[in-house]
Amino acid sequence: MDKHVLLVEDEPNIAEAMRFILSRDGWRVSTHGDGTDAAAVIRAAAPDVVVLDVMLPGRSGFEILQELRAGESTRDLPVLMLTAKGQARDREMAERAGASRFLTKPFANTEIVAALRDLVGR
Amino acid sequence: MIASQLLVLASLIYVGALFLVAFLVERRAARGGIGWLRSPLVYTLSLSIYCTAWTFYGAVGYAARSGLEFVTIYLGPTLVFIGWWWFLRKLVRIGKTQRVTSIADLISSRYGKSNLLGVMVTVLAVLSSTPYIALQLQSVTLAFQAFVAGPADGAALPGPDTTALWVAAGLALFTILFGTRNLDANEQHQGVVTAIAVEAAVKLVALLAVGVFVVWGVADGPLDILHRVTAAQRGAWELRPDRWVGLTFLAGVAVFTLPRMFQVLVVENVNERQVATASWAFPLYLFAMSLFVVPIAVVGLDVLPAGANPDLFVLTLPLAMNQGGLAMLAFLGGFSSATSMVIVAAIALSTMVSNHMVMPAWLRFGPRQATLAGDVRRVVLLARRISIAAVLAMGYGYYVLTGGSEALASIGLISFVGAAQVLPAMLGGMFWRGATRAGAATGLGLGLAIWLYALFLPSFGPSGLIPAQVLAAGPWGIDWLRPQAMLGVNGMDPLIHALFWSLTVNTLGFCTVSLLTFPGPMERLQAAHFVNAFDKGPGAAGWSRGAAEAEDLLVMSQRILGPGAAQAFFSAQARAQGIEGFLPEPTPEFLERLERLLSGSVGVATAHAMIAQIAGGASVSVEDLMAVANETAQIMEYSSQLEAKSEELARTARQLREANAKLTQLSHQKDGFLSQISHELRTPMTSIRAFSEILMAGGLNPADAERYAGIIHDESIRLTRLLDDLLDLSVLENGRVSLSETEVSLRALIERAIAAAQPGMMAVERDPAAEAVSVLTDADRLCQVFINVISNARKYCNAPKPRLRIAVRALGDEVQVDFADNGRGIAPESQALIFEKFARLGDQSHAGGAGLGLAICREIMANLGGTIAYLPGQGGAAFRVTLPRRMARAA
Repeated sequence: MDKHVLLVEDEPNIAEAMRFILSRDGWRVSTHGDGTDAAAVIRAAAPDVVVLDVMLPGRSGFEILQELRAGESTRDLPVLMLTAKGQARDREMAERAGASRFLTKPFANTEIVAALRDLVGR
Repeated sequence: MIASQLLVLASLIYVGALFLVAFLVERRAARGGIGWLRSPLVYTLSLSIYCTAWTFYGAVGYAARSGLEFVTIYLGPTLVFIGWWWFLRKLVRIGKTQRVTSIADLISSRYGKSNLLGVMVTVLAVLSSTPYIALQLQSVTLAFQAFVAGPADGAALPGPDTTALWVAAGLALFTILFGTRNLDANEQHQGVVTAIAVEAAVKLVALLAVGVFVVWGVADGPLDILHRVTAAQRGAWELRPDRWVGLTFLAGVAVFTLPRMFQVLVVENVNERQVATASWAFPLYLFAMSLFVVPIAVVGLDVLPAGANPDLFVLTLPLAMNQGGLAMLAFLGGFSSATSMVIVAAIALSTMVSNHMVMPAWLRFGPRQATLAGDVRRVVLLARRISIAAVLAMGYGYYVLTGGSEALASIGLISFVGAAQVLPAMLGGMFWRGATRAGAATGLGLGLAIWLYALFLPSFGPSGLIPAQVLAAGPWGIDWLRPQAMLGVNGMDPLIHALFWSLTVNTLGFCTVSLLTFPGPMERLQAAHFVNAFDKGPGAAGWSRGAAEAEDLLVMSQRILGPGAAQAFFSAQARAQGIEGFLPEPTPEFLERLERLLSGSVGVATAHAMIAQIAGGASVSVEDLMAVANETAQIMEYSSQLEAKSEELARTARQLREANAKLTQLSHQKDGFLSQISHELRTPMTSIRAFSEILMAGGLNPADAERYAGIIHDESIRLTRLLDDLLDLSVLENGRVSLSETEVSLRALIERAIAAAQPGMMAVERDPAAEAVSVLTDADRLCQVFINVISNARKYCNAPKPRLRIAVRALGDEVQVDFADNGRGIAPESQALIFEKFARLGDQSHAGGAGLGLAICREIMANLGGTIAYLPGQGGAAFRVTLPRRMARAA
C-alpha cells in the first residue's frame, strides 16, 4: 500500500475531490495545477502513477505525456489521462501519445479508483 | 481551160474536206485521243498562218517590184524564232499560267486585269486586222477572176464584190462552226488548228510545185534562173537599208504581236516542247516558202506580157503554160492561205471583242446578278458568233470601200505596224516590274493615234478619209503635222516614217508615265508573276478570302463551262479538299483555280469580274486589306471576350473555393465550439458528480460535508451562468436582441457597473466632470459591458496595487469610455484573440467565467451601434468602448 499518485489538474475543485477520494482509499496524493513545469515536477516527485488532465494552462497534457515517454525514467510510468471534451479524436490522440488509461469527465469515483489500482497492480 | 463552175466546185470540195478534218479531229479530241495533235509538227504548221495569201501571191509581186526586199518579211520571224526563242518560251509560259485567251487578255492581265487596256488592244487589233482580212478577200477574188477571165471566155461571172461577199460569208460560217463550238477551258480549237495545219501543207506543196515547174519546166534549171535574175537586177531593184532594217524589225515583231499569230503561238500552244521544235522548224518552213519566190517573179516578168499583175504570177504562170491542174493547185494554195488567216484572225478578234467589250458591258448593263440569272455560256457564244460575223463584215466593208486600192504587200505592212504598237507594253510587262497600267495605256493610246493618223487613214487613198491637201500640207496648213512627214522629217518612206514615230512616241510615253505613276497592288502582284514567270508554278493571285457561296459559283460555272465540266471540276476540287460528295469550300486557292478555268472561256478580266460579283470583295485591294484587318480585329475582340469570360469563370471558381473554405472553416469552428462547450459543461459537472458521490457515501464530518455541498452549489451556478451566456450570445449574434433605449447619464451607469463588479481592493480612478454625458442607449446592456470589463480587470490585473482608470471623452458625434488597469496587459499576439469565444488566456483557474465575456461585449456593442476594442500601449490592459452620440446631449 501507500502508493504515490500525482494529480496534474488545474481545476481546484476537481483536484480536491480526487484528493479526498484517493486519500480515503489509501493513496499518498500530491497535486500540481500548471502545465508548463508539469513534466519536471513529475520527474522530481517520481510517483507510482500520474493522473494527467489534457486541458492545462501553459502546456497541453499530450505534450507533457510525449515528453514523459521520451524520458528514460518516465518511459514506463503509468499515466491516466483525463479529458473534458469526450470526443473519439481525443481518445485516439491520447493512445498515440502513450497514455496507459483514458477517462472522460465526469467520471464515477469508483471508476478512477479502480483504474488507478489497476495501473499500479494493487 | 477550167470553167468557173469547176473552180467553185473544187473550192467547195476542198472546203468540205477541211470541214471533215476539223469535225473528225474535234470528235477525236472529245474522246481524248489527240496525242498526235500535241506533236510539234502540227504546232509549227499552224504557225504558218503567218504566210497568208499576201505571202503566197504577194511575195512574188513584191519581188517583181522591189527585188529582194520581200526577204525581210521572212527574215524577221526567222531571227525571232532562232535568236529569241527563250523570249517566246517565256511568253508561252505566261500565257499558260495566266490562262491568257488573246493578246488583249495578256496586256489586260499584266496591268492589274485592267479592262481599259483590254479594250484598247482589242480596238487596235480590230482596226489593224480589218485591212488584212480585206486583203485576203481581195486575193481570193483576184485569183478567182484571173482564173476565169484569163484567156478564156468571160461568160456569166459574178462581179468581184459578189465573189468577195460569198467568200466572206463562207469563212464566217466555217469559223462560227468550228471556232465557237465550245467554250473550252484553254480556248483551244483542235479541229481548227488541224485544218490549218492541213492548209499549211497544201499551200507549201502548191508553191513548191509551181516553183519546181517554173525552174525546170519553164526555165532551164537553176543556172538559167540565176542569169535571168542578174539580167533583171540591172533595172529598178535597189537596196534601201532603212527599209530593210525597218521591215525586218517589223516582221519580227508582227510574228508574235499580230492577234492571229498570238492565237496560234500562245493560246493554241499545248506544251513548251512545241516552241522548241518550232524555233528551227518554222524558219525552215519560211525558207521553203521563199525559195521559189524570186524564180517565179523573174520568169513571170520575162514570160508574161507587160502589165500583168505580178501579184498573181503564181497563178497566171501555170495558166499561161496551159497547166490547168497546177493552176488549180496554186489556186487552192492561195485559197488555203487566205482562209486559214481569216479563220484564225476571226477567232482571235471575236475572243477579244466578246471578252473585253461585250461581256464587260453585259455584266455591267445586263440584268442584275447576271452571272446567276442568265445562261452566260449562251451569251458568250452568241457574242463570239456575232463578233466573227462583224469582223468579216468589216473586212468585206473595207474591201469594198478601198476597192483594192493598194498592192497586197502594203496593206499587210499597215497591219504589221498597227499590231506592233502592243510591243512596248508587252515587253515592258514581261521584263520591267515598274511598268504601270497608266504607262501602258498612254503608250498604246499615242501609238494607236499616230498609226491611225500617219498610216492607216492615208491608206484609204487620196480620195479616202484624209484629203490630199492634208497629206501634202498638213492639217490646217500646219506643216510639221503632215501625216507622212511629221516634225518636218521629209523624204522618209511613209511606212518606216509611221513605224518610227508611232513606236518612238509609244515607247517614250509608256516609259515616262510608268516612271511617274505608281502601280496598284494587283498590278504589282501580276507584274511579279509576269516578270518572274519561270520562278513559280501557280499564276494570278488575288482571292484573299472565301466570301463566295460555293453554290452560286457552281451555278455560274455551269453556265459558262457547261454542267458536266463544271460539276466535274467542282467535285474534283471537293475531293482535293477532302470533302468528297459536298461542294468545295470557297477557299482562295479554289477561287483562283476557278478563275483561271473560267478565264480560259471568258478572259481574265471578265472571269475576275464574274467571280468578284459573287465573291464580293475581289482582289487584293486596300479595301480587302482593311476587311482582313477588320476581321482580325473582330477575332481579337472575340478572343478578348473569351479571355474576359474565362477570367470571370476563374473568378467564380475562386469565389466558390473561398466559400467552400469558409464553410469548411465554419464547420471546424462549429466543431471547435461544440468541443469547447462540452469542455466547459463537463468541468463543473465533474466536480459536482465527484462531491455528490462523496456526500452520498457518507461518513464525513459536518464541516467537510458543508464545504463540499458549497462547492456543488457554486459549480451549479457556474453551469447556469454558462448556459445563460451561451443563450445571450446566440441572441446577440442572430441580431434578435430587443433593446429598450432610454436616455441615461454615463456617470450613473459607471457607478452602477462598479458596484456590480465589486472591484474590491482595486482602486478606481474617475473624472466625474467628464462623465457628465448623457446618451440614448440600452442602459442594461451597456452596463453589462462595463461590468464585464471591470470584472476582467479585477480578475486579471496582477499589479501589487491594482488600479483601474476610467476616462470618458466626448468627441464629435461619438463618446469614448476607456478602461485601463496597471497590470501586465495582454501580449500583442493575443490581442486579436481576446474577443473570440472561449479565448481564455493563461491561467484560467481563478477566472471563473466561461470565456464568453468579451465575445458577448463585442456583440452587445455591435447591437448598440458602437465598438469595443483593445487599446495597446497604455501600460496595462486597456479597453475602449465607443458609443455613437446619437441624440445624446450634455447633462
